[in-house]
Amino acid sequence: MAVSSNRIVRWVDDRLPIFTLMHHSTSAYPTPNNLNYWWNFGSLAGFVLVVMILSGIFLAMNYTPHTAHAFESVERIMRDVNYGWLLRYLHMNGGSMFFALVYIHLFRGMYYGSYKSPREVLWWIGVIIFICMMATAFMGYVLPWGQMSFWGATVITNLFSAVPLVGTEIVTWLWGGFSVDNPTLNRFFSLHYLLPFIIFGLVVVHLWALHTVKSNNPLGIDIKGPQDTIPFHPYYTIKDLYGIGLFLMFYLFFVFFAPNFFGEPDNYIPANPMVTPPHIVPEWYFLPFYAILRAVPDKLSGVVLMFAAILVLFVLPWLDTSKVRSARFRPIYKQLFWIFFLDCLILGWIGAKPPEGAYLVIGRIATVYYFAHFLILLPLTGWFEKPRPLPDSIGAPVITTVKR
Amino acid sequence: MAHSAPSTQVGPGEAKTRRDFLLYATSATGAVGTALALWPFIHSMNPAADVLALSSSDIDLAPVVPGQAITVTWRGKPVFVRHRMPEEITAAQNVDFSTLPDPQKDEERVQKQNWLILVGVCTHLGCVPLGQKTTDPRGAYNGWFCPCHGSHYDTSGRIRKGPAPLNLAVPPYVFTSDTTIRIG
Repeated sequence: MAVSSNRIVRWVDDRLPIFTLMHHSTSAYPTPNNLNYWWNFGSLAGFVLVVMILSGIFLAMNYTPHTAHAFESVERIMRDVNYGWLLRYLHMNGGSMFFALVYIHLFRGMYYGSYKSPREVLWWIGVIIFICMMATAFMGYVLPWGQMSFWGATVITNLFSAVPLVGTEIVTWLWGGFSVDNPTLNRFFSLHYLLPFIIFGLVVVHLWALHTVKSNNPLGIDIKGPQDTIPFHPYYTIKDLYGIGLFLMFYLFFVFFAPNFFGEPDNYIPANPMVTPPHIVPEWYFLPFYAILRAVPDKLSGVVLMFAAILVLFVLPWLDTSKVRSARFRPIYKQLFWIFFLDCLILGWIGAKPPEGAYLVIGRIATVYYFAHFLILLPLTGWFEKPRPLPDSIGAPVITTVKR
Repeated sequence: MAHSAPSTQVGPGEAKTRRDFLLYATSATGAVGTALALWPFIHSMNPAADVLALSSSDIDLAPVVPGQAITVTWRGKPVFVRHRMPEEITAAQNVDFSTLPDPQKDEERVQKQNWLILVGVCTHLGCVPLGQKTTDPRGAYNGWFCPCHGSHYDTSGRIRKGPAPLNLAVPPYVFTSDTTIRIG
């Protein structure tokens, strides 16, 4: 097909159909015409990924991955490097934004059943991206080599010491020594630089899978024909840009007016391997999983349960036995979804509290409910729930309204 | 539906104009915003405050005897300080400077005749010329000789032979006393 009347473009395209590919995947991509604003968060997350990679590359030009210089080099970025403070605050807060957007993206997928057939692989790649993000964020948090960096690195790497038989050997291997030290910092820097590009590649695969099976939509029913779609460009490019505009106001508010809102003051104390801060908390986006870890009094079980809380997402497409995708037509699931959402917030709140007294009890109940939601409630609801009637097509509800 | 004309209120020509205006206005705003957002990234690669703070060096000339040369550091580059002998000064002054590749009088290149202060970086491709030690090759004009591509500099640091286009640069400096200078 003729992608352009430009002769040079056509000459290249005949030999490498890159313009055809771009046209198909960005411009002409047939998108359901009923997407609501919850569908903005995928492109927003992609936007933040680019901001993170860019600001990270420029930060790395001034950062020194050595225990004796890391903290100082970050302070130099803040004080001496031109706009260094801006780059660092964009990167710091960008991490929080990235997780916030991806969590909304994930809950949107859960509400509208975006993980169901034929989108299981698309969902898996999303979960893999999420896991890579967690690893990247964790290692990035270690780089400034403050107290929270050091003790966060110590606690998280020690999770692997729970592995039976070879736990100690694994942790020594992760550290490259017998404690978190310079070799650890060096490899974390290397991997922190590498992983975002792997995430970028995964995003491309995510989009590939998406464009193969096409976008889900708020009604959760299949596209019946061209009358149900509009081309991505200009309709959704402009809608995504509008979303980016609103998001930038939110993001930059924190960057310029509350840059340390999501951070811990203790991380402005240089790392001291001899003294642990009295109150260790991870970044907010890890809190629900941290709460699950601490809910269990046994070391190995706690670690296993924490990883299971993430890995259970892989089998979600089969745990949810209902054939209906969108929660709009699932009266019981809709309520369960919001209870589950609340449960995640409770876990997050508990993760920030000391593990004692009532907090421990609430944390345990919330943990049990988290797994019960996936393993018991979802399969049962699928079997027993009576869904509301689905519309005939994406256009049908609108057309009916017009007729009336 | 979505592909059809946007409105029935305005004619097709008018609609196109309005839509074009919106497109251009949006694109222009986006382009300006992106350019403004890129500037901090680009500027972060310019010298930082601590690098700029290193931009002056104080040198004590008292221990440097006639005929001796020392190399000091200024902005990470070598600066040649040569205490010239009378015959070197004469040689530098008695040249028809208008015939040189980069014509300049010796007087324009020094503040005090016996002290020659130069940035020790060849103006060809940035190597450090030899000639600071008396045992170094000093080229055909008894000044400096660049081993990379064979540029010869005279006792005023002027290019005389070879591929370098310009004389060795004279850094900005002041005599803070009779025997001390501040470069930069």
